[in-house]
Amino acid sequence: MGKKSKNTDVNPDWSYSPAPESTDHIQINKKNDLFIDGKFIPSKKGNYFETINPANEEKLADVAEADQSDVDKAVKAARTAYDKVWSKMDPAERGKYIYRIARLIQEHAREFSVIESMDGGKPIRESRDIDIPLVSAHFFYYAGWADKLEYAFPGKMAKPIGVAGQIIPWNFPLLMAAWKIAPALATGNTVILKPAETTPLTAMKLAEIIQEADLPPGVVNIINGAGKTGQALVEHPDIDKIAFTGSTAVGKLIMKSVAGKRKRYTLELGGKAANIIFEDAAIDQAVEGIVDGIFFNQGHVCCAGSRLFVQESVAETVISKLKDRMESLIVGDPLDKNTDIGAINSKMQLDKIKMYVDIGQKEGASIHQSSCRLPEKGYWHAPTIFTDVSQSHRIVQEEIFGPVLAIQTFRTVDEVITKANNTPYGLSGGVWTDKGAKIFQVSKAIRSGVLWANTFNKFDPTSPFGGYKESGMGREGGLEGLMPYVNLV
Amino acid sequence: METFIHRIDQVGAQERVSRLFSRSIKKESKIDALHTVLSMIDLTTLEGKDSPGKVKQLCYKAAHLHDQFPNLPSVAAICVYPTMVPIAKKALENTGINVASVATAFPSGMTSLEYKLNEVRMVVADGADEVDMVISRGKFLRGEYTYVADEIASVKEACGKAHLKVILETGELVTLDNVRLASDIAMKAGADFIKTSTGKVSPAATPTVVLVMLEAIRDYYKKTGKKIGMKPAGGISKAKLAIQYFVMIKETLGQDWLHADLFRFGASSLANDVLMQIVKQSTGVYQSANYFSMD
Repeated sequence: MGKKSKNTDVNPDWSYSPAPESTDHIQINKKNDLFIDGKFIPSKKGNYFETINPANEEKLADVAEADQSDVDKAVKAARTAYDKVWSKMDPAERGKYIYRIARLIQEHAREFSVIESMDGGKPIRESRDIDIPLVSAHFFYYAGWADKLEYAFPGKMAKPIGVAGQIIPWNFPLLMAAWKIAPALATGNTVILKPAETTPLTAMKLAEIIQEADLPPGVVNIINGAGKTGQALVEHPDIDKIAFTGSTAVGKLIMKSVAGKRKRYTLELGGKAANIIFEDAAIDQAVEGIVDGIFFNQGHVCCAGSRLFVQESVAETVISKLKDRMESLIVGDPLDKNTDIGAINSKMQLDKIKMYVDIGQKEGASIHQSSCRLPEKGYWHAPTIFTDVSQSHRIVQEEIFGPVLAIQTFRTVDEVITKANNTPYGLSGGVWTDKGAKIFQVSKAIRSGVLWANTFNKFDPTSPFGGYKESGMGREGGLEGLMPYVNLV
Repeated sequence: METFIHRIDQVGAQERVSRLFSRSIKKESKIDALHTVLSMIDLTTLEGKDSPGKVKQLCYKAAHLHDQFPNLPSVAAICVYPTMVPIAKKALENTGINVASVATAFPSGMTSLEYKLNEVRMVVADGADEVDMVISRGKFLRGEYTYVADEIASVKEACGKAHLKVILETGELVTLDNVRLASDIAMKAGADFIKTSTGKVSPAATPTVVLVMLEAIRDYYKKTGKKIGMKPAGGISKAKLAIQYFVMIKETLGQDWLHADLFRFGASSLANDVLMQIVKQSTGVYQSANYFSMD
């Protein structure tokens, strides 16, 4: 202004002081055994593998690795619990146990959030505000259905299936456990859960809670291990249903394995969602939606909006605003409350992301990355966007599962619908426009299980989630999420 | 007029606000921010019963916020009604603190352009360094955008060297689309600052409105290279909220706007809450409000 005030205290470069979430209140067991028949027991061979913190590569704990004989033991425990206790229990009683688990998760929410961020690398803001609240919400929601199944399926009797083998991924470890366990228990099934080998710790904490809730032994069993353990579970003859969330490649193997058998299965697999910005959209909010779509959880999201389509007339504005916004994203310590983007989950995943970024550049796409400084230790990747890409580029066709966005432009509604559907996947999508009619026009034409309008990556236990085409089969969440776990008679 | 209509999605804008407001500001960053907040305050008294004595006291406070505590900045300006300008000007001699005057039939603006321009010329002649005008909301809501723009341009001309803050009175504009459009019109017509509210209408400055105006400033800067200032006013009385606005400015407009040249808080009781926090950061305990002067 005209005259300067006598102020001399203005800091020329105001930045946020570190605000780390405390780890004093959590307890991670150094040694984690298998949770079978209500007890923690070592594996038969006594093999352990390490789980590390991907933000600093430090070891967090040892975890028992289950082999065939351990899987046999877990299946046997689940079968006995199913036959003798759980399938016979009054549904309202089953509901009470699930409510109890939900409440205990709420009580331990902080501990769960911190462990989730340490073991998986996701920012504490997300584990605290999104993952863990949704976990308890799922248990609460399905607890409510336990004694109301006759209203879910009017005129039919909903009978449980039996023993379910459930294999979950590393991107939302405890949330995926909740998606799997809650509907199975509500409908009277018993389960064997196998968490991903890089993120077993919150599931082991859940096992402690299940003990504390006094759930009858064998109703929930949790075993750890990598692909081989999962395979033993899938191929086990006494399992009635497989529920899998993970890659399309493994999903295909599971389908082959269960083909011709009486096993039922649901698969929630990969995605390459189209996020479509029309010229009449609220641009600043759409930019937030793009950021949320691709950088949420470091892009380790099967429904991530990894293909962006921007209408030509606003493309320059949107991309310029997106680049500015990327500069304000804070990448770093997952436990810092101000962190927006945490660590990549594993070295393997980081290598895969780097491979695709390399491919994109070799394909001739233009790369832009945020100028953030990455920590030296641990697994990190800067937010990345590619322009000058086409439908023929591999970075447009294949799932990268990282903070990497491929941007194309379009002119007409028909053109963008054709391009959006031109993919083997069909899990999710987004459309941004001020016109209600356009939302319906586009959402009807896009073949995806979920389509968000003027928002992205919103989840709720009452809403079914699942894919078309190679993104999987079956639905989880909502009333539809009960179906894979019942026989209707 | 603007050829590109900026649409605002209210739900999305509110989500962005809650995200920004959830930043955790502690330790050094909190203390730095609190000091800077003090230097950005337009210490305000805008009442029909304002007396010369009250204005003089306010002016003294502006330059001596809390002399018991060393190295505190002074506020940026004091903001008064036109008749109080000469008194404030005299009281603030040699302090470096600006005198801002509301004008143009504040707060309603319901008079002719001629009267408004005369009022502006009067306060500038009396020594106002800054003029806070109100836009004609009735004309705006009737869609007479050209009238609104021309009026602002005329007031700007009447301001001469004085800086012009244009009050949109967002509480009367109702929608965020209107807030955005009014911001764009005001900047294009010559505003040095855009300001949310008079403080006489509820709601005054809401976080979502402030975000939308900051985004308008950012887009205008990108397009023209001109840096327009921002002043939320009304209802900002807590240090915590002021720091949350700090985060919003930093992440929307960047470091340059974290300065009294480009950002002001229009407030009467904010300073004391900030002072209380600054003392608490240093001593570890909160003092009673009685230790802070009420001028």
